Amino acid sequence: MHILSRWLFALGMTVAMLCVPAAADQVAAQPAAGSRHMTLAAAADLHYAMDQVIAAYRHDHPADSIDVVYGASGQLLTQIEQGAPFELFFSADSDYPKQLVAHGNAGGQPVPYAVGRIVLWSASIDMHGVQVAHLAQSRFGRIAIANPQHAPYGKRAEQALRSAGVWDQLQSRLVYGENIAQTAQFAQSGNAQVGIIAQSLALDPAMAKGSYAPVPPTAYEPLQQSFVLTKRGADNALAQDFARYMQSAAARAILARYGFTLPGGADH
Amino acid sequence: MMPLLSTQDLQAFWLTLRLAATVTAVLLLLGTPLAWWLAQTRSRWQRPVAAVIALPLVLPPTVLGFYLLMLLGPQGAVGRLIAAMGLSALPFTFGGLVVGSVLYSLPFVVQPLNNAFEAIGARPLEVAACLRASPWDRFFSIACPMALPGFITAAVLGFAHTMGEFGVVLMIGGNIPGQTRVLSMRIFDHVEAGEYSQAHTLSLCLLVFSFAALLAMSLLRPRRVERG
Repeated sequence: MHILSRWLFALGMTVAMLCVPAAADQVAAQPAAGSRHMTLAAAADLHYAMDQVIAAYRHDHPADSIDVVYGASGQLLTQIEQGAPFELFFSADSDYPKQLVAHGNAGGQPVPYAVGRIVLWSASIDMHGVQVAHLAQSRFGRIAIANPQHAPYGKRAEQALRSAGVWDQLQSRLVYGENIAQTAQFAQSGNAQVGIIAQSLALDPAMAKGSYAPVPPTAYEPLQQSFVLTKRGADNALAQDFARYMQSAAARAILARYGFTLPGGADH
Repeated sequence: MMPLLSTQDLQAFWLTLRLAATVTAVLLLLGTPLAWWLAQTRSRWQRPVAAVIALPLVLPPTVLGFYLLMLLGPQGAVGRLIAAMGLSALPFTFGGLVVGSVLYSLPFVVQPLNNAFEAIGARPLEVAACLRASPWDRFFSIACPMALPGFITAAVLGFAHTMGEFGVVLMIGGNIPGQTRVLSMRIFDHVEAGEYSQAHTLSLCLLVFSFAALLAMSLLRPRRVERG
């Protein structure tokens, strides 16, 4: 009995510890009456740019709270289709948002918000003037790309390597990141000498210690990126406001600063 | 009609088996003396060392993977040492996965061995010593046979745990076909690409394998031996 009562005590303490923070959360979440919340899922290439956009939005709307989850676009699509609680989905391409619509899991039509670019980035090698075809030289060592199977930037990297005629030759030197952010991290840590990464990541101060060379946009299929409201996002006023905010001059300026070309002709 | 397993899936399957076999062999070689020392020593380092070995049980594999990536990378201490010895860097290679998996599966091998060695007790070894058995003789003729169930458990757990390893591989693997693209990575890729049927097939393979391994382990273990 003695052991049992101790065990029950421990169990009670555990339950109590689990409940207290949860209750505190609720208290903290309650007071701002009319405060709104949403979670958006964004492709990893937006890592720095989206943080800035959200900061700018929150500056104007301090009562709203926005959580972000970054990942590979394919991974995020899978998660949304399996019921992940995301209100907005920013893909690194336009195919995944279209799929979400086709499968009946979207709350609107895809909206193009940017055109992505890829660059050759290195922490240790001066990349100025380097072309994709040069990567065949052994001095470039290991080359990190995002997984072409489910990362749009990986697909574009593969296309660029193929159009330069070095894809087959480089097979043994390629390393695959799960998404473009991990690919950038492989290159940033020097474990891969070169990374074929999103320009939006290369332009962030965090990556400033390296150098990069843009890949000519003719070498790969244009990477038009779209976002879409999810089904649950259709009922969320904040998600709709934020979707509109993406068309604003402020949001577009931030994206432009991160090297995205903007789809022309939208309103505003 | 698609074949049940694609060539790439099969490649991942064999690679995973090769990794698990290599890691198990290395772990038995490393883990046996380590477990023996832990069971025999009266050193004040015994408990700290045991705690360090048990760390992978509670640490997220991402922590281990992160440290390995930093240590083994070109700027890392170990990475520089390896480069100075003229060897190629470990991240993104099969060798790197072996190193990572050995660390990650270490407690799964050392702990059963340690328990088995401790269960022998001092007496059989003292008796053997009285009969003038050398320390080596005592270890190989007395301790090892008596700890056989421990060896079986250790080998099966080390092998099965490496088969299912994911977090460390994700951090230091680089997902290279035939080198570091193991089954768990392949399943992850299939799921991310929305290829659920392939993910189902591979997951079922791993599930059946893991169950079979655990069942075999309990069947192989001799029943409790009565000791006089």
